[in-house]
Amino acid sequence: MEFFHEPKIDWMEIKWYFISLSLALALTGIISMVVHRGLVYGIDFRGGTVVTVKFAQAPNDDAIRSELDRAGLRNYTIQGYGPTSDHAVIIALDLQTTTSANALDTGKQLVVNGLSNLYGKGPEGKSDFNNASPQTVADHLMAEDPLGAGVKGLDTATKTYRDLAEAVVSYRNAPPRSGLLADFKSLSSVPGVTPAVISALTKDFYLSSYAVTNTKIVGPKVGADLRRQALYVTLAGLGAMLIYIWFRFELIYGVAAVVATFHDVIITLGFFSLLNKEITLTVIAALLTLVGYSMNDTIVVFDRIRENVHATKRGDFSKLVDHSINQTLSRTILTSGLTFMAVLSLFLFGGEVIHGFAFCLVVGVIIGTYSSVFIASPIVVYFYQRLTKDGMSSRVKVA
Amino acid sequence: METKIRGRAIAILLVVVACVLGIIGFPKNVQELKDNVHTRIHLGLDLRGGTDEILQVQVEDAVNITSDETLERLKDGLKAKNLPYADIQPDDDKTQNPPLHRILIKGIPPEKAADLQAIVTDQYSDWDLVRVPGDDTSRMLVLKVSSAVTMRNQALMEAMDTINRRVNALGVAESTISEYGQGDFELVLQLPGVDDPSRVEELIQKTAMLEFKLVQDGPFSSREAALAAHGGVLPPDAELVEGSFLENGNETWYVLSRIAAVTGRDLTGAEPSRDSSGRPNVAFHLNRDGAERFGRMTGANIGKYLAVVLDNRVYTAPVIHGQITDNGVIEGGNFTPQSANDLALVLRSGALPASIKPLSEEVVGPSLGADSIRHGVIASIVGLVAIMGFMLVYYRGSGVNANVALALNLLILVAAMGYITATLTLPGIAGVILTVGMGVDSNVLIFERIREELRLGKAVGAAVAAGFEQAFRTIIDTHVTTIVSAAILFAFGTGPIRGFAVTLTIGLLANLFTSVFVSRVIFDYVLSRREKGAALSI
Repeated sequence: MEFFHEPKIDWMEIKWYFISLSLALALTGIISMVVHRGLVYGIDFRGGTVVTVKFAQAPNDDAIRSELDRAGLRNYTIQGYGPTSDHAVIIALDLQTTTSANALDTGKQLVVNGLSNLYGKGPEGKSDFNNASPQTVADHLMAEDPLGAGVKGLDTATKTYRDLAEAVVSYRNAPPRSGLLADFKSLSSVPGVTPAVISALTKDFYLSSYAVTNTKIVGPKVGADLRRQALYVTLAGLGAMLIYIWFRFELIYGVAAVVATFHDVIITLGFFSLLNKEITLTVIAALLTLVGYSMNDTIVVFDRIRENVHATKRGDFSKLVDHSINQTLSRTILTSGLTFMAVLSLFLFGGEVIHGFAFCLVVGVIIGTYSSVFIASPIVVYFYQRLTKDGMSSRVKVA
Repeated sequence: METKIRGRAIAILLVVVACVLGIIGFPKNVQELKDNVHTRIHLGLDLRGGTDEILQVQVEDAVNITSDETLERLKDGLKAKNLPYADIQPDDDKTQNPPLHRILIKGIPPEKAADLQAIVTDQYSDWDLVRVPGDDTSRMLVLKVSSAVTMRNQALMEAMDTINRRVNALGVAESTISEYGQGDFELVLQLPGVDDPSRVEELIQKTAMLEFKLVQDGPFSSREAALAAHGGVLPPDAELVEGSFLENGNETWYVLSRIAAVTGRDLTGAEPSRDSSGRPNVAFHLNRDGAERFGRMTGANIGKYLAVVLDNRVYTAPVIHGQITDNGVIEGGNFTPQSANDLALVLRSGALPASIKPLSEEVVGPSLGADSIRHGVIASIVGLVAIMGFMLVYYRGSGVNANVALALNLLILVAAMGYITATLTLPGIAGVILTVGMGVDSNVLIFERIREELRLGKAVGAAVAAGFEQAFRTIIDTHVTTIVSAAILFAFGTGPIRGFAVTLTIGLLANLFTSVFVSRVIFDYVLSRREKGAALSI
């Protein structure tokens, strides 16, 4: 099977259409960033508190809002998380003025208390099973001793109930329950759970209709540090790549590859700004992946240019670049097509946590492939045709 | 040719076996197999659930304490040497970051200046004595920058150790604590499976308690035995404390005096030392007040046992050989140099050397972690099956090479991460995805090149050789470029960024092996079995 049989496209003739497109995309992105006053940073970089909550039924956002207002919280957002059928929301708080050094989790406590007022108030003296840690469950089981393990000694009993609590909590957390148990009786399918265990749990616990699945609290310093670090480390990585390509090819190849990669990052960030998507830590990981992918793609084309330069030594450099791109076109389309398939699968099936990550790569793989042909290669051609007299790189190092 | 292929095939087989064993170990049954896989593949907290905290150690606390103590010591020292002065006061330069610690000594008679210099040189080696411009009777004691750096680093290490010990005492399995970032004295504490971190937070921010208490009776092998020996009821001035060690495989329980003669607050330091016959022991130093009380108690109880109680557990209970005042030695207890060192460290860090400030906290509920894994696995399988299916359709027989290479690449990646106990996190998975992308790319590069060579009319064997040779240069360039940048990410990045760099580097190294070496061996094998003149399935 073969898609392309020795294509003969004059890439350098049509480059301006694509360079214009790139400029338009980059400009739109930059304007969007200016209008939005920078990118939308996630809590990782901004600092603040995020609480992810899963509800048994569709939650009432307005009721949650008024409860949080009553708790004195300001500058928070409530937004749906994942498919609507999951009944999950993310409550995000900006850095609270009350967040002092030693009370990092003030905001989180207020949210949790508010939710408990709304959805979780159970009978007096009982604990909420759906928000209990294995330790809490184990403590209660230990006190009730439904299996009569107490007579076997403290250590045996502790271990017995710790294991049992782990099993019960794992069952609660596994899909389809995903953290919300609806009925204690369903626990009977867990190995080791006897009717006595169920009645002990029923005695000590009640079942609320929400579960806090994730909380994240980032102080102002960590957020700022991480933002700075992500930027500097990426720039340092690009610098190292430039030096290596300089060493293996020539300086202009390094510059062109870095400019093309930079172009990819700017346009991808532009998409994030246009769609108002948050830049989170996983998006940064995706951007690093994109940098690696784009660089890889560019080097493959450059490598073929270098090889052809050695083989011909004379002639029109721009034709030589066209020919090199055509020779590698089949590979370029295949690789980017396959990688695109992989990241598209992540985007479609990967779940909510890596959604931003997958989106970044879906955009990035396309842009990264395109920039090797229409950004990196024209820069090298321009350099040799306009800025040097011979019009052909005769000094490319022999690999 | 045959034997050359055999040799290389055996090398590949050995790698596969090492990787498979690295992942599954030597299981005897299915349950063990599952357990082994679980313990060898380290999932990050973002995937398995748990608590992740970043803490900052306020190391300046520790330097401040040293500075204050030096000031007190200096007052006494000058008095003892009959060196008159008008005033001694702290004069830290807080405009600098970190602050410069200084002590200003006023009113020194000019003829005594040399004596002061001698004292400082002799006893205060961490400090420099400098003149104060425009004031010939004053001198300034300035803490050496190098000494301050050492003190800060020591405070960080001690805090890390103290926190680690306290977290372990809570019974959190597989908790880890390590330095985070560079130069900001930050620690990252990871508590797998803990979804209610408030208990842990309380514990790590509390200062530990060291007490010296007289042993009234013991050790007993159990609480019951200790109580039975006292007729079931302890005297009002006594308490029952468990030892932190076993004796002949039994628990140890001591009946101790309820009131501590001396506590950690009276301690000024402790270090590993040796007695006259070279056996390791631990030397400790008490402040004046503590020394007085300790002297009275030990003097009156020679021959009895003294319990060193740390966090309400008896750490050791040696015999009191004589009166001890300000400088004591803890002997016996079968000290090894290592254990003496440990005890000294524990005594020093019994109390946190500096306060701890939490900077961030993330709690991933286990249900979210499980969801992430399930979705991630489904998405990865769909992606991989699509890629592998396509390679088979597009390259037919040679597609098998590519798929074997890709599968082996992932196997080596997972096994290597297990061997070096690296943790797989979400950003790490990003590195795996780039690895898969570049792995596929390597194969495509090679195959397209072979096709090109075939089109030029080369014989099959020559085309394969040329294809590998030409593509290898490209592959090396793309891989080295990416590994170089990954090395930068690893060197200067923290937590999440490092995770990406680690999986990417391992993945790319594995890919060089699989897509270049392994795939070539399969090609050579196919070629050696091929009838003369038959076409290559590519």
